Amino acid sequence: MTDTQSTAAAPESLLASADFPPQAQITREIQDIHAEYARREAAGEKLPATIYDFPPYRSSLLRHPTKNPRLVDPESIELYSPAYGQRDVAAIESDLTLQHAGEPLGERITVRGRVLDSWGRPVANQLLEIWQANSAGRYIHQRDQHPAPLDPNFTGAGRVITNDAGEYLFTTIKPGAYPWKNHQNAWRPAHIHFSVFGNAFTQRIVTQMYFPGDPLFALDPIYNSIHRQSDRDRLVSTYDHDLTVPEFSMGYRWDIVIDGPDATWHEPEEGEH
Amino acid sequence: MPEKILQPTPGQTVGPFFAYGTVFPKMHEVVHPFSPGSIVLGGTVYDGNGAPIPDAIVEIFGADSDGSVPHARGTFRRDDHTFTGFGRSFTTDDGHYEFWTRNPGAEAGKAPFFAAIVFARGLPNKLHTRIYLPDAEQALAADPLLASLDADERASLVATRLADGSLQHDIHLQGAGETVFLTF
Repeated sequence: MTDTQSTAAAPESLLASADFPPQAQITREIQDIHAEYARREAAGEKLPATIYDFPPYRSSLLRHPTKNPRLVDPESIELYSPAYGQRDVAAIESDLTLQHAGEPLGERITVRGRVLDSWGRPVANQLLEIWQANSAGRYIHQRDQHPAPLDPNFTGAGRVITNDAGEYLFTTIKPGAYPWKNHQNAWRPAHIHFSVFGNAFTQRIVTQMYFPGDPLFALDPIYNSIHRQSDRDRLVSTYDHDLTVPEFSMGYRWDIVIDGPDATWHEPEEGEH
Repeated sequence: MPEKILQPTPGQTVGPFFAYGTVFPKMHEVVHPFSPGSIVLGGTVYDGNGAPIPDAIVEIFGADSDGSVPHARGTFRRDDHTFTGFGRSFTTDDGHYEFWTRNPGAEAGKAPFFAAIVFARGLPNKLHTRIYLPDAEQALAADPLLASLDADERASLVATRLADGSLQHDIHLQGAGETVFLTF
């Protein structure tokens, strides 16, 4: 137990950073760290895609580990995933526009894609959970005090189980950009949070999907906590006109690749293909 | 093993507003409270100043008491007797997480543990760890991970058994007593 501080800060104070710097300073910090990581990588260092110690994201200062993670051989329990199946989630849970009596405001979209492992194999019958702001950029969460309107016809949470080909489809509305108090005039690019269960507990990820061409990308510390542009690009969906339904919804495609590790490889069993 | 052909999607912070998107009924009741063999596993998640973190998620996945890996479905619709092994707990305003679960077993000679993942606002990506049961001293001594750690690091992965049978285990994301986190 520790005696430095025995109670948590009041919830309303949690979202503002202590120094509240201007955007220009945050942008410079982001650029400096990206340059440093590029140098270290060019010198042969192996670096994870997401930076844990990333000061431009101010609330990470006291919440990132200071030691490198230990490389371990996974044990049995870590090589399996909690079991889900098509019957665990009702089909309607993947349509975020049908959860209330009326239609939510905003641009109706479908997000469609596949969940694959590093070997390109579909991740079938696994759970995806999503949550997002409404079209005005407001979350329904009680701690979100952004003075944009709530939408009585939109909650912003959905679930789906991938099919046998690893495919998923959500129908929702395009979320708005969202202001926060990391720094002065801080705005998050429009995004949808994704929680993904792979075929093994080691493969579990939580991440965020963005929309193509967002002008806020270069300014956002969370998007930029990923140091390589090629990796950041993997979080950005693609507008796909073939997924757009005439006079109904705009279509976006986004595939998710969950990482190995090597121990999650197994030889295909008879009948698998 | 064939070569990997796809680059993984990077992880991001769970952010501040995960509750309404990831909540489900009885999510921290891996077993029915007070049912035979049930125990409480709980603790506090701390930041680098030793302050509790009120907006973290702790997830556990554990073997059944006989060491078998659960494959049963039904986590979202708990029937109070099917053991799926998976639980999720949001920390309270005091940084506390809690599960009702069972003592996991393990294969012969191995040390039983809960596989655990921590997510939080301000934490740029997930963190994997393990919560070992403190009871089987021989198996703990033989565990390859624990054997590779110094005493403080080892202590950060082994829960404390309280007199009532429950398990107490704090998680420190940073600083004194920083929990050992894992990569595979």
